[in-house]
Amino acid sequence: MTTTHTLSVLVENSPGVLARVASLFSRRAYNIDSLAVGPTENPHISRMTIVIKVDGHALEQVIQQLDKLINVLSITELDPVASVQRELLLVKVTTSPQTRSQVLETVQLFRAKVVDVAQDAVTIEATGNSEKIQALLRVLEPYGIKELVQSGLVAMERGLKPGMTSHETSH
Amino acid sequence: MNMSEQITGAQALVKALEHVGVDVMFGLPGGAILPAYDPIYDSSIRHILVRHEQGAGHAATGYAQATGRVGVCIATSGPGATNLVTPIADAQMDSVPIVAITGQVASSSIGTDAFQEADIRGITMPVTKHNFLITNADDIPRAIADAFHIAGTGRPGAVLVDIAKDALQSMTTFKWPAEVSLPGYKPIMDPQAQSVTDAVALIAQAKKPVFYVGGGVIKANASKELMEIAELVGAPVVTTLMALGSFPDSHPQHLGMPGMHGTVAAVTALQQSDLLITLGARFDDRVTGKLSTFAPNAKVIHADIDPAEIGKNRIADVALVGDLAHTIKALLPVLKSAFKNDRPDLAAWWQQCNSWRERFPLGYDEPEDGTVSPQYVIERIGAAAGPDAIYVAGVGQHQMWASQFVKYEKPRTWLNSGGLGTMGYAVPAAMGAKVGAPDTVVWAIDGDGCFQMTNQELVTCALNNIPIKVAIINNESLGMVRQWQTLFYNQRYSNTDLHSHRVPDFVKLADAMGCVGLRCESKEDVDRVIAEAMAINDRPVIVDFSVHRDAMVWPMVAAGTSNNDILVAKSMAPIWDSQEL
Repeated sequence: MTTTHTLSVLVENSPGVLARVASLFSRRAYNIDSLAVGPTENPHISRMTIVIKVDGHALEQVIQQLDKLINVLSITELDPVASVQRELLLVKVTTSPQTRSQVLETVQLFRAKVVDVAQDAVTIEATGNSEKIQALLRVLEPYGIKELVQSGLVAMERGLKPGMTSHETSH
Repeated sequence: MNMSEQITGAQALVKALEHVGVDVMFGLPGGAILPAYDPIYDSSIRHILVRHEQGAGHAATGYAQATGRVGVCIATSGPGATNLVTPIADAQMDSVPIVAITGQVASSSIGTDAFQEADIRGITMPVTKHNFLITNADDIPRAIADAFHIAGTGRPGAVLVDIAKDALQSMTTFKWPAEVSLPGYKPIMDPQAQSVTDAVALIAQAKKPVFYVGGGVIKANASKELMEIAELVGAPVVTTLMALGSFPDSHPQHLGMPGMHGTVAAVTALQQSDLLITLGARFDDRVTGKLSTFAPNAKVIHADIDPAEIGKNRIADVALVGDLAHTIKALLPVLKSAFKNDRPDLAAWWQQCNSWRERFPLGYDEPEDGTVSPQYVIERIGAAAGPDAIYVAGVGQHQMWASQFVKYEKPRTWLNSGGLGTMGYAVPAAMGAKVGAPDTVVWAIDGDGCFQMTNQELVTCALNNIPIKVAIINNESLGMVRQWQTLFYNQRYSNTDLHSHRVPDFVKLADAMGCVGLRCESKEDVDRVIAEAMAINDRPVIVDFSVHRDAMVWPMVAAGTSNNDILVAKSMAPIWDSQEL
């Protein structure tokens, strides 16, 4: 059965490492749902958060193939319950004098923020897990979404330092 | 030399290559790599100037396959580097350790579409084990140390080191890394104890076990260990195209090669088996046929140094991740103690296997028109040169016949392009093998199609005292493609006729390239001409064997079909006893 998996991948912060990972996914015909990459507390190491929809057997292959890349240091599959998972959304919603207050109410309900206001639109910033972001978008849609940008998922294990609690899949 | 002495990046490169023990490299200079060729001029490393970079790459591969050491090729930026792509992909597919060194345009010009610029690191990412782009002279020694370590350890493979011209030209002090530091690369050498126990339990229970042996056994130098475990268990052994020679063809337990053109006994033993003891093999489609129908009743023990091979194509019941020599050594004592009480009785299984072997031996028909059969030529070369010679094949019918009709007894005596299937592999790979094993007779068994792709390296052989022997199995066509056209395209021979009966005249071509050219057109002459070729050791020899063009490779499992549907000849399935299927 195909399910969504979140992989937290530590990689050496060296040129071309993103290309290597992207090339691997392309060459092995794995579909990435989202990929976010950024620095960690160690300037030599970056973290990639990869969301992928595959069945359990294929997931094992993805992990093993990723692990073969020399620049990949460790791979951890994040349990959605035992990890904090966040996406960032910026969305520009059409408003009129009649609808503006309703939109602002929605922003409050979702604990989002208005970051820009124009004559006929407001720009909203929201963070949360995928479900929350999707729910917010569903509520805003009737007002008219002019523009939307969304980050990939970033995630971190709860509690101890990543890699110390759940099973490490790397060798 | 004073350690703080200033040298160029190019000098550091050559010094690093000397440090890792390189004795020979195959290459061709050009603008961006030119700074490196100046210190190469003074180096103790033998540089063999090839006629095409592809030849350098395959020569490095042949050298590595024959010796077990890392092969080295070197080329310039742009077209020099892109000409290496095919041999790099070829080596990577067959897990052959090579390091390719390429010049790159100066770092300030990278990305500007400069003259002879190609992003060879980007291009080779999917076909290398790892690759480097070096833009600072200080980084050269570590990159070379890492490259050789990565290429030669774990599952071997191809590594490319691309070095910008200004890094070769600028000054540095040579610092050889005290140790390899690759935190993301730690090959597993020894299998887990529990897996060893589980594997032994499966072997002890099996009624129809088969050793399914792949090229990994040769890479791990584990032939001795394979012999020990095979004789201890007493099960049939099949060796894949990449594994020929890892277990003697003459051994009574050897059923031959499995796969598309394997023996009926080997293919059927895998199909009927209840346990595949898989050692360094990867369930390639050319072995399994239609995967869903492959060995349907078999449990699988899969031993491989690459964890990503486990379960890639076929789910393993027991995975043994580690070096094969270590793995077999770990299995042996546990097996011996398990066998003390209860040895599996394989008599009934052997009766079946022997029956397939006796009823469906490899063979071929003599052509009715009096022309020479290609299988006969290859069989006679094998008989004349014997099991100590190295045989190097191109890709196609002649390759399959060379796998079937030469008898291999020792590892590293059979070199071919198995995974990528690279036509043109044979001549340059034979050159590399002969350089690595100068006292060994090296026969390239090539097709007339393959030969016309890379034969210019015979000039390199002639000028550098590399006396290989080349048998052109000349059927005047792209024979394997023609065979498929015969079988699957209503004999519509679209673009497979090479007309190479006299154009080119291979004997004159040999002569022009500084080699001896011989011709053989009748069965009576085959042994005599082979003997003549065997007697020439001061120059390369090329023998043009005119052979029957409609000869086909049998048995055959057509692509995409089940191994159960193996044919021993056109439209002819083996006749089975009713209880066999």
